[in-house]
Amino acid sequence: MDFAFMRDTFLTLIGGVPLTLNLAFMAVGLGAVLAMLLALMRMSGLKVLDWPAQAYVFVFRGTPLLVQIFLIYYGLGQFRPALQEWGLWTFFREPYWCAVFALTLNTAAYASEIIRGGLQSVPYNQVEAARACGMSGFLLFRRVIFPIAVRQALPAYGSEIILMVKATSLASIITMMEVTGLAAKLISQSFRAVEVFVVAGLIYLVLNFIITRIIMAIEWWLSPHLRRPPAIEPRLEAAHV
Amino acid sequence: MQQLSYFELVGFGPNGWGWALLTAAGMTIAVAICGFLAGSVVGTLVAWGKIGGNLVIRSLADGYTTVLRGIPDLLVIYLFYFGGSAALGAIGSLFGADGFVGVPAFATGAMAIGIVSGAYQAEVFRGAYQVVSRGEIEAARSVGMHRWLMFRRIIAPQVLRYAIPGLGNTWQLVLKESALISVTGLVELLRQSHIAAGSTRRPFDFYLTAAILYLLITWVSTYLFQRAETHSMRGMRRAS
Repeated sequence: MDFAFMRDTFLTLIGGVPLTLNLAFMAVGLGAVLAMLLALMRMSGLKVLDWPAQAYVFVFRGTPLLVQIFLIYYGLGQFRPALQEWGLWTFFREPYWCAVFALTLNTAAYASEIIRGGLQSVPYNQVEAARACGMSGFLLFRRVIFPIAVRQALPAYGSEIILMVKATSLASIITMMEVTGLAAKLISQSFRAVEVFVVAGLIYLVLNFIITRIIMAIEWWLSPHLRRPPAIEPRLEAAHV
Repeated sequence: MQQLSYFELVGFGPNGWGWALLTAAGMTIAVAICGFLAGSVVGTLVAWGKIGGNLVIRSLADGYTTVLRGIPDLLVIYLFYFGGSAALGAIGSLFGADGFVGVPAFATGAMAIGIVSGAYQAEVFRGAYQVVSRGEIEAARSVGMHRWLMFRRIIAPQVLRYAIPGLGNTWQLVLKESALISVTGLVELLRQSHIAAGSTRRPFDFYLTAAILYLLITWVSTYLFQRAETHSMRGMRRAS
């Protein structure tokens, strides 16, 4: 092990972290909105809405992410004249936006199932109680269903975020220079696969560790009812003798 | 030049890429199965370490699953691809050969998939082992079975039964991961589509076909795993 080389490698690779996080958070953020829509479509009870959502989830969970990225980045180039006409070509020409788009579509499919599970796990008596208080429609959703569902879905959503951070590495194949992209470049320049791998792997592990901790903190913050009550110190009262 | 229709392009005619794509799909399945089986061996050993090992082995096994599930698969593939050829080159130079030694892409791919999916399968096996009732193992011990015999007759069949749903999920992961092996130059489904797309300038048609073939493989294997699950549960009583 050559520690000077590893330090240089670390300094190079750390430059890719902003892009990795940028891709992951763009995809998770936009994907969450799309996932929410898909979950509501699936739970609407209308076949016209349910079936397209089901097909979407089946297709995006059943094909490799890399195929989806290639389909969007290389594949849409085949329709360049049409895209140029619609003014979309500036969007699909950029590898960054193609990567964000593919990652968003992909995570939305997985996340919609997580959100659906969360929404379905809301106990019916909570909804009944809310209705008995006169809540309905959006107010019921905002005050009762959504908070409980979020609390239920959070652990699974956390692992989906970790998966997304890992999935951003595929953007390196379409020329995005994030951590894996820089690592691959370094390996092919120096042929020291093990050292570069160790450093890049450590960076990903630290990122994922921090994200896991943040999710755990949010979980703790969202579930005050499950926490142990703080120990109450017996107060010294003036004794009435 | 006249534009070929989609079906001429991916069909089996003189200008069609049908056979090439089907062969490549076979390669995808082959590398995925080899990787999955390698992963089963790794996963079994790691799960064993997690259940029955001493403190050192247990923390090594825990570290293995944590690390391999926390870093991107692509990085592992790069390690095996470049690291493997560097290691082989070093061994080669001991015997006087110098220069770049390529590793067979199939072996690299299967090994990388095996190492990654081993981490997932270890967790599946460990979870399934915990469901096997303690009484069965005690009964096996009380009739005088040795460890290997007990593993073969009592533990392995039951762990497998409970592990089938989890193994199904891992298989789906492995299948999708096999697409990443295309970066090493192995001509599997995605690589073949890439080649075809490059030579015909019809990328969308070929990647779409690849997606459809992947979907087909996923769909068939989901069905097979469901069959296996109902078959393995045929003697179980359900509380419902």
